[in-house]
Amino acid sequence: MEQNFQHLYDMLSQVQGFIYPNELDLQWGLLIVLYPYITGLVAGAFILASLERVFNVKVLGPTYQLALLTALAFLLVATMPLVSHLGHPERFYEILMTPHSTSAMAIFGFVYLWYLMVVLLLEIWFDYRQDIVIWSKETKGFKGRIYKILTLGVTDLSPSTIKWDDKIGYFITVVGIPSAFMLHGYVGFIFGSIKANPWWSTVLMPVIFLFSAMVSGIALVLFIYMAVSFFRKQKIDMPALDSIAKFLFYILVIDFTMEGLDQIHRIYEAEESFEILFLLVHGPLFLTLFVFQIFLGTVVPLISLGTLQLYKPSEKIRKIIYLSCSLLVLFGIFFMRWNVVIGGQLFSKSFYGFTGYKLHLLGSEGFLFSIIWVIIPFFILAFLLWLLPPWKKVGQHENN
Amino acid sequence: MSNEEIGKSRRKFIKKAATVGSLLVTTSLFTPFNAVVYAVERPKDPSKTWWGYGIDIEKCIGCGRCANACKTENNIPKQPFYFRTWVEQYTIKNDGTVKVESPNGGIDGFVQSVPPEDIFKAFFVPKLCNHCYKSPCVQACPVGATYETPDGVVMVDETYCIGCRYCVQACPYGCRYINPAKNVADKCTLCYHRISKGKTTACVEVCPTHARILGNLNDPKSPLVKFMKEHTCLVLKPHLNTGSKCFYNALSGEVR
Repeated sequence: MEQNFQHLYDMLSQVQGFIYPNELDLQWGLLIVLYPYITGLVAGAFILASLERVFNVKVLGPTYQLALLTALAFLLVATMPLVSHLGHPERFYEILMTPHSTSAMAIFGFVYLWYLMVVLLLEIWFDYRQDIVIWSKETKGFKGRIYKILTLGVTDLSPSTIKWDDKIGYFITVVGIPSAFMLHGYVGFIFGSIKANPWWSTVLMPVIFLFSAMVSGIALVLFIYMAVSFFRKQKIDMPALDSIAKFLFYILVIDFTMEGLDQIHRIYEAEESFEILFLLVHGPLFLTLFVFQIFLGTVVPLISLGTLQLYKPSEKIRKIIYLSCSLLVLFGIFFMRWNVVIGGQLFSKSFYGFTGYKLHLLGSEGFLFSIIWVIIPFFILAFLLWLLPPWKKVGQHENN
Repeated sequence: MSNEEIGKSRRKFIKKAATVGSLLVTTSLFTPFNAVVYAVERPKDPSKTWWGYGIDIEKCIGCGRCANACKTENNIPKQPFYFRTWVEQYTIKNDGTVKVESPNGGIDGFVQSVPPEDIFKAFFVPKLCNHCYKSPCVQACPVGATYETPDGVVMVDETYCIGCRYCVQACPYGCRYINPAKNVADKCTLCYHRISKGKTTACVEVCPTHARILGNLNDPKSPLVKFMKEHTCLVLKPHLNTGSKCFYNALSGEVR
């Protein structure tokens, strides 16, 4: 039994100042960093897709389905880090069966299911229905059987039905935009509503989460689009890529402004918690906040993408810049989640000291187990692209 | 689009927005938003109990018997990371800096690490769950496994808790931990198994200086109400509006 506590005894040496005795062990580790990260990728990718469909940004056409499938691939695993970190994962259904009406966390299951079932699955199904019916007739074997099941028995391809598919798809996207906002704004609220924690408790938290989600989702689609084109040996549609990068730049500006506003507000108000938060960002969070999140993840992409809005070098150079920026943004937003989740637990609620966090390689909260939840979505996406290749689509929705 | 058409579409938009808005307001009337929930109201009937707790900082000698008795009585893991109650030693130095210590929750007693000539003042602060009646932990629990009893004690149903740890994050006082054997949230129950049988809590029972007082806030003759009448009592972190029912005498501003 003593062995199990060894890591906690080791941790005692990392404590600086005073912490409440129960605060030594961090309650939320890497898995809970991944939860808002993955959910954010989903919301961001979806919002990019809806830009094309609802806001009629036709130039983004080549990435519409890719963005939707990316959102789905990540959404399918979004709950897994959350469920697997529970003390009693087998009781997770209680959150759906007996949700507590006053809890900010209780509604997550419903928001998630709404988004998965009503928004994403339906939108993809209506968008692909015509193709699924055609493919179910053309394809043989196992794949053909999957298509047959996916038609759900609806094989009508008359022009009026296809028009209806399109109308319903459009309607779902319209509903989907506020849903995507809700999904991630809500995740921000889970943290922002904890008044016990001054690092989390800010009314801007849902807004910051939302914009950082959009930033990360757009960066992800940008990266995946380039990667998929590379593997398929297809020429990249440069106007589409330029537009995605332009949106990434705009949203990044808003995101950075919001986060800056939050920090300026904290610094100017300098409440009771100011000293401990000052020590937090200059000590345990220095590397992950100033270097990873702000410098590499925000300032470098902002300057690079901003420059490209004024000056356009050759395609090759632009591609390299876009690729690096998308990876840097994904890296930076990961550390933004890290700084919120881990940073918020490093200081004591007594404001008199810090505990430490050591990421283990193995174990249920360890690095290897957690990283699985980031890798699996790429396999799911590969499967989805094999099953529903956007480049083989016949049916294209009209822009309403 | 002509001006007239714009006017028409504007009117349409305003009409639609008004309909949606009024629908939202109407629905919210049927299901009032109750996030700031007074989970249990103080019983109006004076014969009903409403548990509260008092701590006299002036009397605490930092012996740590309370923390030890609590661990024994409630079968709490002996490791120094799990406490339902503990004692903190506050030392205010002459230069105004504050040193706080709580080695093993005070169970093994305290050694003053600051040289006497540097000390402005020093005192002990026992801590335990504040049994708030606007509990942030009860508010946060996603399944309702944390609840308040009708007599004002915050409890955890260990057969129901999913171990999400949100309540641990929500408690401003650091009073909750995850029980390593059961993987559920754990905290002070105010020795509910004892007080509901007319006994007092383990920590109150062993306190040699009567620094800890358990009492019924609804009974004007209870020792707690008497204590609160005779002393200027404060709660911890009052700005968070948690409705704490743990009242401290001689609470210094440095204590958090």
